Amino acid sequence: MNAILNVVATIGRGAIACCRSAGALAIFAVEGLIHIFLPPYYPRLFGRAIFGMGFLSLPVVALTAIFAGMVIALQSYTGFARYAAQSQIATIVALSVTRELGPVLAGLMMAGRAGAAMAAELGTMRVTDQIDALQTLSTKPMKYLVAPRLLAGIVAMPILVIIADILGVLGGFIVSTVKLGFNGQTYIQDSLAALHTGDVTLGLAKAVVFGFIIALSGCFHGYRSRGGAEGVGSATTSAVVMASVLVLALDYGMTEVFFTR
Amino acid sequence: MSAADIPKIRIRGLRKAFGSKPVLDGVDLDVAAGTSMVVIGGSGTGKSVLLKCILGLIEPDAGRIEIDGQDILTLGRRARQDARAEIGMLFQNGALFDSMTVRDNVAFGLIARHQSSRAAAHQKADTVLGQVGLAPSVGDLSPSELSGGMQKRVALARAIASEPAIMFFDEPTTGLDPIMGAVIDGLIVDCVKRLGSTAIAITHDMASSQRIGDRAAMLHKGRIIWEGPAAQILESGNPIVDQFTHGRREGPIQMELRR
Repeated sequence: MNAILNVVATIGRGAIACCRSAGALAIFAVEGLIHIFLPPYYPRLFGRAIFGMGFLSLPVVALTAIFAGMVIALQSYTGFARYAAQSQIATIVALSVTRELGPVLAGLMMAGRAGAAMAAELGTMRVTDQIDALQTLSTKPMKYLVAPRLLAGIVAMPILVIIADILGVLGGFIVSTVKLGFNGQTYIQDSLAALHTGDVTLGLAKAVVFGFIIALSGCFHGYRSRGGAEGVGSATTSAVVMASVLVLALDYGMTEVFFTR
Repeated sequence: MSAADIPKIRIRGLRKAFGSKPVLDGVDLDVAAGTSMVVIGGSGTGKSVLLKCILGLIEPDAGRIEIDGQDILTLGRRARQDARAEIGMLFQNGALFDSMTVRDNVAFGLIARHQSSRAAAHQKADTVLGQVGLAPSVGDLSPSELSGGMQKRVALARAIASEPAIMFFDEPTTGLDPIMGAVIDGLIVDCVKRLGSTAIAITHDMASSQRIGDRAAMLHKGRIIWEGPAAQILESGNPIVDQFTHGRREGPIQMELRR
């Protein structure tokens, strides 16, 4: 009987902890969003954050996108050749990249790079009392540290996704024309014909949400880190895991809402 | 009680627990205006928690924290922030912002608190760096390029730059050699006297407590168990205080550790 009660108690404690964390995350997100709109503003910090999240993430996002486009072209060719539908490769590459792979891959890369960096930076500031020091110097850490990063995530991510979309399609184009012998002009025409405004817009809408989620995860876990170097490491891992899972889950949710219905 | 009799800082019945563990269990403490109070106590007795409660970094569970007779815990958010804006803090590890230069660190509070222009704040920062014995050229360095003693000086410069009426010092000499510790203590005393500030310092270092404090108090089991002139703390007559101040292995504190 005691063993059963222990199991129930453990599950209950886990559920309560989960609810508490979800609530804390929601409050943190709302507070962060409010601070984006209320003065004072810190344009220099926003510029620094967008440089770190956007510009410095560009190489890894670009490489991921271009290789993803190349792989899709190759794999599509292998499958479509069985049904003599190779001409659809340009369409498949363009739609796959803009609807899904651009935002999702950029999101995952950004979570691993920028999300981790944010969690580590804020976590280090927390365990070395720098965040407390900010408060003693009449500065709100949510406004000074969190709001510029959230805004940078929201702004940087769509830009990265546009670049990822272009490079992903370029990757497919390179493989299709150089290796598979497609006509370049026809490929471009097919790609443009396949794309509708809604495809790109939805990808960018996903990017805005993903950018916010990644910055939120990094800031939330870093801001609440405890216990020295181990705590910072743990916060960094949690930030990347949470951002990656939420990116994939929200990707499905948004696709379901906007495409199926 | 006349205005002159009102302590600058008055704490009554302050309680704070983390989970089921009480850290502050009814702290009472008065600090008169323009004096320095040193709070001593073993590790984990809640000295830093006490300072963080006054600073608003930790919300106490119960009690009163009065500054100039006004209980800041009953004030609205904005008024509480304003009351706490007159407090400067020297953190144990300095807590310098490592993404900024030394000059930006020292100027930070001037810009944030007093809306000083960047140029004016930098000029004041160089002056304050001079007051703690650092050349203006140090202002161009980043905190990671400084020794522990220099970091403490910069942190002190940041704390005093906006000339706060109240100053807190958390273990100001921890990690420093005895000479550098004495230098930092001397700087603290100079700054506090020059600004006429009211100060609370927490420390394990008895030599430091004698140099900094006008009065001293010992925090033990979440309560102030002794309070008096700093010069008398080495001869307090309280067995717990005496054991701590003389660093004896045997005594009431050790018995508690064995339990």
